[in-house]
Amino acid sequence: MVELVISGNYAQSYAAKLARVQVVSAYPITPQTAIVEKIAEFVASGVLPAEYIKVESEHSALQACISASALGARTYTATSSQGLLLMHELLHWAAGARTPVVMGVVNRAVAPPWSIWTDHTDTIAQRDTGWIQFYGESNQEVLDTTLMAFRLAEHPEVRLPAMVTEDAFYLSHTVEPVDIPSQEEVDAFLPPRERSSTIQVGVGMRLGSFTGPEHYMEFRHKIARAMGRARDVFLEVEDDYARLTGRNHGGLLPTYKVEDADTVLVTMGTATTTARGVVDAMRADGHKVGLAKLRTFRPFPVQELRELATLVDRVGVLDRSFTFGAAGAAFTEVAGALYTAPQRPLLRDFVAGLGGRDITAATVREAFLDLLTRDGPESAWVELKSRTEAS
Amino acid sequence: MTSYEMEEDLPEAPIATTPSDVNHTASWRTFRPVIDLKICTKCNVCWKFCPDDAVAFDGEGYPVIRLDYCKGCAICAEECRPKAITMVKEE
Repeated sequence: MVELVISGNYAQSYAAKLARVQVVSAYPITPQTAIVEKIAEFVASGVLPAEYIKVESEHSALQACISASALGARTYTATSSQGLLLMHELLHWAAGARTPVVMGVVNRAVAPPWSIWTDHTDTIAQRDTGWIQFYGESNQEVLDTTLMAFRLAEHPEVRLPAMVTEDAFYLSHTVEPVDIPSQEEVDAFLPPRERSSTIQVGVGMRLGSFTGPEHYMEFRHKIARAMGRARDVFLEVEDDYARLTGRNHGGLLPTYKVEDADTVLVTMGTATTTARGVVDAMRADGHKVGLAKLRTFRPFPVQELRELATLVDRVGVLDRSFTFGAAGAAFTEVAGALYTAPQRPLLRDFVAGLGGRDITAATVREAFLDLLTRDGPESAWVELKSRTEAS
Repeated sequence: MTSYEMEEDLPEAPIATTPSDVNHTASWRTFRPVIDLKICTKCNVCWKFCPDDAVAFDGEGYPVIRLDYCKGCAICAEECRPKAITMVKEE
């Protein structure tokens, strides 16, 4: 183990190298990231003996990974915002073909207006594609989770693609000390991928074959079951990783000071770190508040949320994306998970930090105070600059 | 052909072990291309423009329409330089 001071982007690159990825495919132009640039360096210098396929678009980049993965290769790609949107069709193909591609995604706002700053709209818009989704909070978590993502995605009970996301700039371009596990440790945790049974070399086969109404539904149900199993498999994978490295990032819904809390805010990504500080400050003022972080969005931590709901009276959701015509995406999911729970807390939605606007301690505090004192079904856009709509 | 009853009988990923040309895909054709070999110059333009894979060649290099796959789109007839292809209504 060595400690390096690296960006979230490089944390992804180092994880891919340690995973001994065999095929990497990427489109090198905006909105590409330093993730694949660093991997290209690893390949060019010979420290990573992988096939690096340069293609003409993100759509093709993912297709190359799907094909290689169907043949049994460990594959990786990375993208961001508009590039992820261009991949959308192939995201469905990757899951439908049951290819365990792992992808790093830098969460960036979607144009227009053009933006390079963070929010979660790009990956939230992919929630129905059948990909496992992790949202990172620190560069260390990004590296560790990427390694876990390979194990989880390739697990015979799962075999689904996985994306590990990181907030643009807050992680992608910010350097932090990151423990890099040794190659021996990672090899013990993540052995070479077993030969895929999807496509076999030398046997004539077609992937994604035409299927009529008599079988299509059953193929989709297989994906639903695999995603259901991913939940428990991930907890096992994280336990294994913790035994090896001493690090466990807390499963699907890590919590902070919820045991005696009556009010909890649900967060995603880097806003969680800020919110943790706010929880401490508000507790010093006598408020019994806590946090729960949506580390996975797929599979969604329904069970964990229902358990949390038995402890608290009020749950707020801090959304870094918005589903127009409805509410914040995380809010709708949390509400959906809790509506049928035996005990239903009051729920509020707070939209903040779109397009990279800072979610400061003051932002989180405003959301908490609103949550503590007001009811209301509408999504509150925190710190919105508007003459007609008070936030 | 394998037959499947239940979800558990299906392979994990949707794969086929036969090539896609086992599926004949021309049943909805209204017009069929007919090639006049006296006019054809064997230039291969019909083969090049066919959006399916419905043009093959005989032993002498003349194009042959594979009627199991030709949908009658008439692109070959449109593109044929010496106008050797006529679209004839199916009975």
